[in-house]
Amino acid sequence: MTQATFRIWRGGRESGELKDYTTDVTEGMVVLDAVHQIQAESASDLAARWNCKAGKCGSCSAEINGMPRLMCMTRLSDINLDEPVVIEPIRAFPRIRDLVTDVSWNFEVKKRIKKFKPRPPDAADGTWRMAQEDIDRVQEFRKCIECFLCQDVCHVLRDHGKHQEFIGPRFLVYVAALEMHPLDTENRLGELKDAMGVGYCNITKCCTKVCPEHITITDNAIIPLKERVVDEFYDPLKKLFRIFGAR
Amino acid sequence: MAEVSKIHEHDVLVIGAGGAGLRAAIEASAEGAKVGLVCKSLLGKAHTVMAEGGIAAALANVDERDDWRTHFADTMRGGQYVNNWRMAELHAREAPDRVRELEAWGAVFDRTPDQKILQRNFGGHKYPRLAHVGDRTGLEMIRTLQDHGIHLGIDVYMECTVVRLIKHGERVVGAFGYDRERGHFRVFEAKAIVLATGGVGRAYKITSNSWEYTGDGHSLAYHAGADLIDMEYLQFHPTGMVWPPSVRGILVTEGVRGEGGVLRNNQGRRFMFDDIPDLYKSQTADNEEEGWRYTLGDKSARRPPELLTRDHVARCIVREIREGRGSPHGGVFLDISWIKDRISNAPEHIKRKLPSMYHQFKELAGIDITKEPMEVGPTTHYAMGGVRVDGDTQMSTVPGLFAAGECAAGLHGANRLGGNSLSDLVVFGKRAGEHAARFAREHGSRATFGREQEEQVEEASRWALLPLERQDASDGHGAYAIQHELQEKMQEFVGIVRNENEMKKGLEVVAGLKKRSAKVAAPGNREYNPGWHTALDLENLLTVSEAIARAAVERKESRGAHFREDFPAKDAAWGKTTLVLRKGKDGEMELLREPIPEMPAALKQIIEENK
Repeated sequence: MTQATFRIWRGGRESGELKDYTTDVTEGMVVLDAVHQIQAESASDLAARWNCKAGKCGSCSAEINGMPRLMCMTRLSDINLDEPVVIEPIRAFPRIRDLVTDVSWNFEVKKRIKKFKPRPPDAADGTWRMAQEDIDRVQEFRKCIECFLCQDVCHVLRDHGKHQEFIGPRFLVYVAALEMHPLDTENRLGELKDAMGVGYCNITKCCTKVCPEHITITDNAIIPLKERVVDEFYDPLKKLFRIFGAR
Repeated sequence: MAEVSKIHEHDVLVIGAGGAGLRAAIEASAEGAKVGLVCKSLLGKAHTVMAEGGIAAALANVDERDDWRTHFADTMRGGQYVNNWRMAELHAREAPDRVRELEAWGAVFDRTPDQKILQRNFGGHKYPRLAHVGDRTGLEMIRTLQDHGIHLGIDVYMECTVVRLIKHGERVVGAFGYDRERGHFRVFEAKAIVLATGGVGRAYKITSNSWEYTGDGHSLAYHAGADLIDMEYLQFHPTGMVWPPSVRGILVTEGVRGEGGVLRNNQGRRFMFDDIPDLYKSQTADNEEEGWRYTLGDKSARRPPELLTRDHVARCIVREIREGRGSPHGGVFLDISWIKDRISNAPEHIKRKLPSMYHQFKELAGIDITKEPMEVGPTTHYAMGGVRVDGDTQMSTVPGLFAAGECAAGLHGANRLGGNSLSDLVVFGKRAGEHAARFAREHGSRATFGREQEEQVEEASRWALLPLERQDASDGHGAYAIQHELQEKMQEFVGIVRNENEMKKGLEVVAGLKKRSAKVAAPGNREYNPGWHTALDLENLLTVSEAIARAAVERKESRGAHFREDFPAKDAAWGKTTLVLRKGKDGEMELLREPIPEMPAALKQIIEENK
């Protein structure tokens, strides 16, 4: 049976180190399987998050050989096993232990975004009518499994630590899903420009590249939001109209 | 006390944050209760997220003949008539409102051409009934409830596991648990508690369930004195992945068959036509052509036999495999690609209706399901059994303790229909939240937490720390080793096809593992230590395993998901009997037989009319 070495980050909030573990490799294995084997064989306290092991819950985010990936969807057959496979926690958030990070900031950010506010029902029985082609785009955004890999790879958060000024690609997608929801009547453009910091995104599209759900984050969500903000606040004609409209 | 634990006070404490827990928390909060919501994982990661095919509700958007009566009759037929008929009635009546409510909270279901919520075919449902979003309906539902719930002032405790309920006399008054991050203990004082912890699948080796599914609610309720019923009924979903080994058990949605996917053996035969149960003969197509017309929406056609109930399909698959007609890796073939012979844009259609199946097979098995068949086999999927509850209020036999969703029993009888779990979560999650809040209002005194309760907390904290005090797991008392052995043996001895000898062996294994688990060791410290967490989950896994095996030995007939090769027939007398498990005074598990209450004439008539 072939074996492979996994170089896993072990440590707590302040410090830690990469440690090597060797385990058997069988057909079809994914990185998360290797982590589980290592837990059972030699490191029972190795901390890692996971739930579904099928790419649906977005819990097992990590950096595998430097790439933000879901451990459950990364097959060992796609990795060079002649070298140790490096597994590290995602970096845009504080470390807790081993592969587990403190992602609570994301949950706080979401709470600040104005919730869905539907128009009155279209039919007497209290239901609405929507055409499939009008919801295709929103459904794309709602595929998001909240793995936060896009947050991890976004340089505004990862390198510049702008967590106070910028909500990150995940929540721009969330806002886009609300803003483009055919039934929604809320207006979030003011916050998008200010508190959410949509302007910080400079469209490097790294988030789109790492999305395990293949959501076209930048092109379909962020750029249209930027355009809406520009239309609302920076359109010179509109500005004139506003000035005169106010009188 | 071993240490000062953090104390939280709530009117209603909800344990579990999947669909049922979230819906219960939302309702209790709407009733004005101060609500705490405990999640074993991060919020929004609970097992509901994996539900694929859809949520069953008689909206009648696709077929106007559908109504709650037919849904009720389908649910009872699927459950082999041992369901809690009151729950089946309430479920069928209220599911449409719960689905429309999800839309009002922002859910975006797939649409019909006339812009209503689209519904798809599923096993055991007479009409297309499942509202869905591609094959990621559970994600849509949990996200909708989560995003609605976070604005209601509910206190959410993420990555927190409850290990004991605290009682005052007969009544529950609190819960004791730990947080994963620091390993600190938490004490929750509550006037009412809702269990919504899901199922028991991690007691088995091949399962579609996540690590959280260790029977926590079942076990917490049992040790607090509540009754468990129907534990012998464990659903093996017919279609889990079988290859490669590391993905064995991962769910392949029934939606594949709903969209026209067919099951074949290694001779290319659609073996589901070979054995159609009498109960379903009048509703099932007897040729391939009629089955395909049903898939296309022809209302005069009967549904293809691939859409028979899960218990039956799973057994047919096992038969094919045992008799040497299986696929190369010990499954059978599930083929959706064949529809390219019938419709022009088949690959696009498959990718649109089954996107996560497409990706799952592409990325994990290297198979393109638009071009080639999948290999599938049964996987442990769902516990029909659980906490015995009142059909209207969802309160257990312990005052103040409620249960909803998979950890509660009754709705599904001996076999659950696909799509009825998501509707179960919201229908009975809402009811549990509402009645828990009412109970808290009416039985409100907080003075119930005194010295006696503190002693229970101290005892629980001493127990929880024991594995950490034994640091050496090299003598075979490591948590993972015990868990893996349990999973192997439950799969082998108390699986899809059962007999008395094997199940008794299973019970011996459980007894032996109980002894080993009393000495379980967890190296490391209290901070995010999965070895410790696994050690603490063992008690729950062993409790539910014993309950399943005991009830399964006792029921000497085959019914629904409970199939015994030594008693292969259904037995009318057993059909009137419920098996109840309860913790006896000596601490041992007691098993009682109780008659199922008589169904009211009005409901009987509905069943007759739908035969």
